[in-house]
Amino acid sequence: MNWVWFHRFGSPPYFYSVAGRIVPWLAWPAASLIVAGLYGGLVLAPPDYQQSDAARIMYVHVPAAYVGLMAYIVMAMAAAIGLVWRLKVSHAVAAACAPIGASFTAVCLVTGMLWGQPMWGTWWAWDPRLVSMLVLLFFFLGYLGLRGAIDDTARADRASAVLAVVGVVNVPIVHYSVIWWNSLHQGPSLLRKGGPAMPASMWVPLVLVIFGFTFYFYAVTLMRARAEVMRRERGGQWVRDVLKATGDKP
Amino acid sequence: MSSYWAMSGYAAYVWPSVGLTVALLVANVLWARQLAREARAEARRRIASQDAS
Repeated sequence: MNWVWFHRFGSPPYFYSVAGRIVPWLAWPAASLIVAGLYGGLVLAPPDYQQSDAARIMYVHVPAAYVGLMAYIVMAMAAAIGLVWRLKVSHAVAAACAPIGASFTAVCLVTGMLWGQPMWGTWWAWDPRLVSMLVLLFFFLGYLGLRGAIDDTARADRASAVLAVVGVVNVPIVHYSVIWWNSLHQGPSLLRKGGPAMPASMWVPLVLVIFGFTFYFYAVTLMRARAEVMRRERGGQWVRDVLKATGDKP
Repeated sequence: MSSYWAMSGYAAYVWPSVGLTVALLVANVLWARQLAREARAEARRRIASQDAS
C-alpha cells in the first residue's frame, strides 16, 4: 500500500489547506442531519410508552455521549500516532479533540441528570455508567490541564499524549459498564442483538442526530486543529504565504 | 400547541436539555473560529516583527 498520502498530512501547510477545504463538506451534512434528526425526535417521534415525553432527552443525551467517547478515541489515536511518528500535526489534532470531547461529555452528564431526576428520582447516583463517564471527563480535563502546565510545546505534546493513551482503557469500561455491573442506567438499546429496542420512528431520528454530531465533531476538530497548526508554525514561510493569499479570510 | 411545549409535564427537563445541547453546538463553532482568528493575528504580529528587524 502506498502511504504517501498519509505522510503528506504530516506536512503543516498541506494539512492546513486540505483541512480547510474539507470543513464545509462536513459542516453542511452536519447541520442538515442535526436539524432533521432533532425535528424527527422532538416533534414527529411518538412519546415513550413508559417515560412519555421525558424520553425525548434521549435525542440529545445519547448523541452527546457518543461524541464524548468518539472524541476520546480519536484523541488517543492521534496522540499515539504523534508519539510514534513524531508528527506535530497529529499532536495538534489530539489537542483539538480534547476541549470538544470534554464539553460533549459534560453536556452528556448534565442532560443525564435532567433525565435521571424525573425518571430515577435522583440527579446523580454512584453508578458504574455514571462514574465511568465522569472519569472520561476527568481524563479530558487532565489532558488539558497537563498541556496547560507545560510551556514547551514538544514536551507538553509527549506528556499529554501518554496520558491520553493510558486513559483509553476507560472507553470500554464506559461501554460495558451497563453489562458487567448491575447498573441503574439502561443497557444498549440501539446496537444490540435483535435490532433496536424501539420503533423506526424513534431510532431513525436518533441515528440522524448521531451522524450529524459525528460530522459536526470532525468539522470543529479540523477547524481547531488548523488554528493550532498555524499557532505553532507562526514564524514559518508557509504561514506568511497563507496570510498573504487569504487576507482576513480564514 | 401549548400542550406540545408542556412535554406531558416534563418541559422543565426536556427543554433545558435541548437548549444546553444547542448552546454546546453553537459555542464550539464560535470557540474554534475565535482560535483561528487569534492564530492569524499572532502570526501577523510575528511576521511584522520579523520584517521590522
